[in-house]
Amino acid sequence: MNLSPEVLKKIVTRVANTRPDEISCAECFDELDEFAELVLSGKSVDEARPLVQDHLKRCKDCREEFEALLDSLTALQ
Amino acid sequence: MADKTRDRTNEEWLADLRGPERDQAIADLRENLTRGLFFALVNRVPSNKLDALVDDFAQDALIRILDNLDTFRGESRFNTWAQKIAVRVAYTELRRQRWKDISLEDLLPEDVQGDFTPAILTDAGPTPEGQMIRTRMVELVNRLVMEELTERQRKAMLAIVYGGMPLEEVARRLDTNRNALYKLMHDARQRLQKRLAAEGLSPEEVLAAFDEQ
Repeated sequence: MNLSPEVLKKIVTRVANTRPDEISCAECFDELDEFAELVLSGKSVDEARPLVQDHLKRCKDCREEFEALLDSLTALQ
Repeated sequence: MADKTRDRTNEEWLADLRGPERDQAIADLRENLTRGLFFALVNRVPSNKLDALVDDFAQDALIRILDNLDTFRGESRFNTWAQKIAVRVAYTELRRQRWKDISLEDLLPEDVQGDFTPAILTDAGPTPEGQMIRTRMVELVNRLVMEELTERQRKAMLAIVYGGMPLEEVARRLDTNRNALYKLMHDARQRLQKRLAAEGLSPEEVLAAFDEQ
């Protein structure tokens, strides 16, 4: 099987910033409500919850849901 | 419009949802979910379908939340936790609908199925050194992907990276769940990372070679 350079490049890009301590989607979801409140309160989440922040950067499914949650919470505030 | 339902404390929510005030608390929760889902979805689904979808998702989310009250740890406001679950319910269903007719095989890159001859070998003119470096690196990385990843990992990675399919939908097609699939992809990335290191290459060097003209 031969993959195109474009596909291989995307794979290597994902490999490049892989870290051993990444959290999974379930662990991210567990913390997402608390994390959303931290974000809305203006706290620095990079320091407070670096692994949740890291997961959201990598995982499009979780990121989409987080952004929708923020829209919802912001409107309800 | 005053809304006393939003003033419930977490303890009051739990007590009301479990006690004699249950019916009123459920009605209030449903209303909160409906409002929240409206704002979560208003820019993401067609406007003529919005109200019906919001109602359906609010109902499904309500059931999920009531079934899972015991897992609420009180680390956020109850409403935040409930909206989180509602968004998950809604997105799971929206993704399922959007991708329902697409198989993993549909998402394989075309050049995966046949032989792929690097353009450099079919081009007539001279061979610039940069292109040669790039071609060699492409061939090497292709080989590592074939050697290091299981077929399942490769299939999933291509569907996600190339096909743009949500993790959750790839997982459904592989009879697993999103969480397990994330771990499988993490393992795949770590394998490739180690193998590149064993070959004496950093990902940055590989990417630089890929950018050679």
